[in-house]
Amino acid sequence: MGIFNKGFLGLLAFAMLCCGKEKEPAPGPGTSGPTPLSWKKPAHFPDPVYDMTRNPLTEEGVELGRFLFYDGILSRTGQIGCGTCHQQVAAFTHHGHELSHGVDDLLGTRNSPSVQNMAWNPSFFWDGGVHDLDLVPFNPIENPVEMGETVKNVITKLQNTPLAGAKKPVDYPEMFKKAFGSEEINTERMMKALSQFMLTMISANSKYDYYVKGDASALNAQEKAGMVLFQSKCASCHTGELFTDYSFRNNGLVPMRINDEGRFAITADAADKHKFKVPSLRNVGLTAPYMHDGRYHSLQEVLNHYSDSVHQSETLDPLLIQSNGKPGIALMDSEKQSIIAFLNTLSDDQFSKEAKLSDPGVGTSF
Amino acid sequence: MRNIDVGCFGTLYIMKKINLILRGIAVAISLFAFISCDDNTDNPVPEPGQKGSLTIEFDNVVGDKNLVLNGPSNLNAVGEDFVITKFNYFISNIKLLRKDGTSHVVPQDSSYFLVMEDKKESQLVKLPNVPVGEYSGVEFMVGVDSLRNTLPVEKRTGVLDPGGSMEDGMYWAWNSGYIFMKLEGTSSKATSSNGKFYYHIGLFGGYDVKTVNNTRVVKLDFGTLKANVTTEKSPEVHLFADVQKVFNGPGTNVSIAAFNSIMSQQPVKSQEIANNYARMFSVDHIH
Repeated sequence: MGIFNKGFLGLLAFAMLCCGKEKEPAPGPGTSGPTPLSWKKPAHFPDPVYDMTRNPLTEEGVELGRFLFYDGILSRTGQIGCGTCHQQVAAFTHHGHELSHGVDDLLGTRNSPSVQNMAWNPSFFWDGGVHDLDLVPFNPIENPVEMGETVKNVITKLQNTPLAGAKKPVDYPEMFKKAFGSEEINTERMMKALSQFMLTMISANSKYDYYVKGDASALNAQEKAGMVLFQSKCASCHTGELFTDYSFRNNGLVPMRINDEGRFAITADAADKHKFKVPSLRNVGLTAPYMHDGRYHSLQEVLNHYSDSVHQSETLDPLLIQSNGKPGIALMDSEKQSIIAFLNTLSDDQFSKEAKLSDPGVGTSF
Repeated sequence: MRNIDVGCFGTLYIMKKINLILRGIAVAISLFAFISCDDNTDNPVPEPGQKGSLTIEFDNVVGDKNLVLNGPSNLNAVGEDFVITKFNYFISNIKLLRKDGTSHVVPQDSSYFLVMEDKKESQLVKLPNVPVGEYSGVEFMVGVDSLRNTLPVEKRTGVLDPGGSMEDGMYWAWNSGYIFMKLEGTSSKATSSNGKFYYHIGLFGGYDVKTVNNTRVVKLDFGTLKANVTTEKSPEVHLFADVQKVFNGPGTNVSIAAFNSIMSQQPVKSQEIANNYARMFSVDHIH
């Protein structure tokens, strides 16, 4: 495949050079196309799901995506960017917010999930309603309580930049030209630029990762003990190096007033009622509050849920029923402390502080 | 009237296959470009034979009257009054049928149309490059096939662009998929706070799990009429789409009082509406 693709791209490039149309100007002196950016898979991660041959990453494309990610221009009010509810310091979640508030302080119904390691996600959102990273941004942009906009109108607004009164006047037509060869702004380019940036949001440099890569001293005794406990009590769902199997499960939360039925809204299959996606636990120490509705404020509360308050219902995950028939996971207090110590080794400071992932000065965070 | 959609199972497998095929085609095209430096590199080599064109008009009516948005009130089969305020639907995968059983299949990439009652030009579906000859019927899908519902963003252009030329949000961003038909209106029987009812019918069979499939294939025989395409003459096939039939059987009569909103969360009800809209078309005349 790889060789074939390179051959194909080369051929296409050659064909384009030969026919040299005005819409694809041949690079001349002083001008050059976007700079390819090499995307490296962390050695201990599986192969990504996203097909990067369809959207090869470039320095300029990623930079454009970074501006779009943070810019409130994506919202109806000009105030809410992706980065408003996905803040880097909290591993791109909305720290301190059980539910997020979007335009005009309207409240959503679910806890803002982390934007990290998106290249490996086979589906997106708590209910898995979107299957392609390139189609993800439509959801928050068009949700009336998140950004309350239409993508069509965002494109119009982007075409009319730079805006004199903007916090930082960004010339998007120029940025699209640098990233894609012309000033045209369309759905495909906008979504692919956002995807390019999100594909660079890789978290793989936690203490745990150093341990996996051979530094036995990266974890202390309690963290190692916690890892062993985690593997026996949690890893059947939070599997592998991404710490999720990406399945949808009912983990025994008592439904709240709005009775969010999760995955059922997508499949309409009664067996999916109250199931939500198993979230990755990478950076879990940074992403409180927890669960699809943000009901738990600490990892201690989360583990107390699993040991003491798993709610029995028809769709409760079978893995949460113990051999004695009782719901939940058997956990002693000391075991919980070790597991929490281990979970905190999944925090990746490089990720939450990486300058290339940070707000270039166009964002707002509330 | 059987549903022959490309299928809810194995979609990913099909996509991979198609990707390979598309890549093959792309290589062929770039090779062609390399050799010929032709201007027309984006289009496949045209089929031999003479070509004409044909237009299908989708004329929305209500019973025996022309449909007027926000116009006069009508009655459905269960005796409820209604006024239509919005009526949009996707037509795709068009085939022009000949008496001998052969057909002209409109190329996939140019076979998606969004018919909107408030946009006259959208009701005229113009088909270029139709081989000359006599056509005796037409087949099309109401909705957007499952394959197109799962293709990458670069294949969603024109009326399928969820962020571009597509009007009126015929796409569910949170449950990725196209809305095949939007019917909205008011009724004294509607129980909603604003007296309106909203029927948004979509669902293509599911991406990785099976959901209901509300695409419907419609086949209309022109009967004693025929559409004769020549290099000079471009026939116009005038179809009626009777919005009253969206409410009225064959299987189920839809009650506005019982259902002021039917969208993705009521798959059984949405299937009933899909069965109804599959029967709303008829051939009026050809000229």
